[in-house]
Amino acid sequence: MTSSRGASSRRVAALVRKELRQLLRDRSNLLMGLALPIVLILLFGYGMTFDVRDARVALVMEDRSPEAADVVAGLALSRHITPTLVNSMRDAERRMADRKADAIVRIPQDFSRRLAAGKADIQVLTYGVDANHARTIQSYVEQALALWQARQADRRGAAHGAAGFVVLEPRLWFNAANTSTWFLVPGLIVIIITLVGAFLTALVMAREWERGTLEALFVTPVRPMEILLAKTIPYFCVGLIGLLMSILAARFLFGVPLHGSLGALLLASVLYLLVALGLGLCISSVTRNQFVASQVALLASFMPALMLSGFLFDLRNMPAVVAGVGHVLPATYYLELLKSIFLSGDFWPMILRNCAVLLLYAIVLMALAHRRTRKHLE
Amino acid sequence: MDTLLAFLRRVLSLCGKELLIILKDPANRALLVVPVLLESLLFGYAATYDLKHAAYALLDEDKGPAAVALAARLDASGGFRRVATLRNETDIAPVIDTQQALFVLHIGPEFEKQLRSGQPAPVQLILDARNSTTAGNAATQLAGIVEQFNDDWLARNGARALPVQIISRAWYNPTSDTRWTMMTALIAALSMLQTLSLTALSVAREREQGTFDQLLVTPYTPTEIMIGKCVPSMLVGIAQSTIILLVGNLWFKIPMAGSAWALYGSLLLFTLAVVGLGLAISALSSTMQQAMLYAFVLIMPLMLLSGLATPIANMPQPMQWLTMLNPLRYAIDLVHRIYLEGADLGALVGDIVPLVIIACITLPLAAWLFRHRLE
Repeated sequence: MTSSRGASSRRVAALVRKELRQLLRDRSNLLMGLALPIVLILLFGYGMTFDVRDARVALVMEDRSPEAADVVAGLALSRHITPTLVNSMRDAERRMADRKADAIVRIPQDFSRRLAAGKADIQVLTYGVDANHARTIQSYVEQALALWQARQADRRGAAHGAAGFVVLEPRLWFNAANTSTWFLVPGLIVIIITLVGAFLTALVMAREWERGTLEALFVTPVRPMEILLAKTIPYFCVGLIGLLMSILAARFLFGVPLHGSLGALLLASVLYLLVALGLGLCISSVTRNQFVASQVALLASFMPALMLSGFLFDLRNMPAVVAGVGHVLPATYYLELLKSIFLSGDFWPMILRNCAVLLLYAIVLMALAHRRTRKHLE
Repeated sequence: MDTLLAFLRRVLSLCGKELLIILKDPANRALLVVPVLLESLLFGYAATYDLKHAAYALLDEDKGPAAVALAARLDASGGFRRVATLRNETDIAPVIDTQQALFVLHIGPEFEKQLRSGQPAPVQLILDARNSTTAGNAATQLAGIVEQFNDDWLARNGARALPVQIISRAWYNPTSDTRWTMMTALIAALSMLQTLSLTALSVAREREQGTFDQLLVTPYTPTEIMIGKCVPSMLVGIAQSTIILLVGNLWFKIPMAGSAWALYGSLLLFTLAVVGLGLAISALSSTMQQAMLYAFVLIMPLMLLSGLATPIANMPQPMQWLTMLNPLRYAIDLVHRIYLEGADLGALVGDIVPLVIIACITLPLAAWLFRHRLE
């Protein structure tokens, strides 16, 4: 028994050496495993943000009274908005059509007259083609105007001793700086690991099937499990290095705080890397065709991880069926883990539950790959 | 004339062969249609930032009529759903940590007194900002509700309501629906995935299987071979775009403001630029594995830095310059402006010219790379 176990580990070691050589011979693999994660996290970490900067607002002052000037003075103070005074509404509309303005704020001609009567309007027009961007800008403009409004009411209230009013004081937990980078960077780690893991392995089994070299392996004493193990180990190491670099970049380059423990973070990440590798191996051994495998990996890993994992869109806002699909994806569980461990701390019931889900996925995917590899042997 | 005719015949037969390779396998055929259809449906539903019955918890330390009225307004608004009523401040952390509630509304014990004595009465809003977009949207919606409450409160207590009203309108997308933004962007983005990878893999596959050498000893010129590789991929891309367009237009009922001709003209130009990129990758790689890895290394940044996920205007300036190399950036802008705005081609020169330039660089580059790899 011991000698057979020794033989088995010797065989796995030999196979790992073979895989490693194959992996190192083709530089594109190393590019994918090592350079890609760091390049991507840099590009996306700096490039992707929902935080509006310098939104260009065309300001149409049809009323040039001091009251109107007082209202818009608040706009210039906002660090998110860069107002530009334009001459007429037509001018502003042209700017919007030429994509030189993201929004129009219009103070109508009768503003001060109607303000005296107690009911004045301000028009805010946004470029709705990018709906979320438009909405963010709209809320910045409204905030700036509401600030003025509150000041006004405060002044009048003090003068007349009239009724008070409610002021909302928002406090953002886990993301006090209110920067989207803090939640986008953990999401990027998920996407990058999904890709690196699934793509590195998606073709390896299919290639062996396609070239017939797998059958050559079958006539040797190696078992299917040993082949799969040997395929996993080298790519796991490559993926792990990429993973660690991504985490370091998140922590030290982008300043994402790590409130949870490093141990929990690593446990979750290693589990998810196994899931991603298992997904790749599974696709590879089910399709047995490099071309089909590549298309499946492309469609099954990248886009769903981007759209349905909670990275861009919150699952809580989706219709139940679509959110259900999201909850089938392992990426969703890893993302929840990452966001919580980075931003809020160790919350063990959730960590254990999600890690268990990931472990289950890893086992099921590997078992499926194993089954498909063994079947052909018989 | 005869030579032209012969040229066309040869190109046509090559295109036929490539199409046959792509379409002969039922698994392949399904792969070109089903995922695009399924994903455009799923993503159309997923692409929303609108809060749907956001869970919240209430901590009311005042319990006066004003506080109750404020909370009632929240419950009646339809956008929020109370999942817990807390007793003291120590209860706040657990509800937020476990994601049981998106936010806690904390009304202090002095609320009613402050309100009646004519002071500003602060209400604390504690938001789970692990997803800062969701948190921001919740804060904005709540601000609207509080504003209405103030208006009514002031009116009822003899004071004048706040004098200025803000009237907002979003152009080209009256309900500010993210789905409109996303579905139209996907017309270009989703089809790019397979157009690019199909082209990148097609030559690599022939190389790996050794059939490329056979192709080279035939009377076909390299240009003809290239056209033969381009056209089928472009057809696939256009067909996929059409599927997404139909899902958006017929299923999600997003009204199309512009002309179909302008849209298809732009899409054709875009796929040409993409196919050029794909061919260049193909020329650089000797195995399918390599071709796919390179294609993917390219697809990720093309997708994520195109304005599809986050607006380009938010990026740091150097990054914005970098996106000028991205054909998808122009394609998404084109589709948005033609589909939602109804812009005519004259207004879109700023997007069309860069796409022409990209196509004019990548296609000859691919041809050059082919010739030099072969020697």
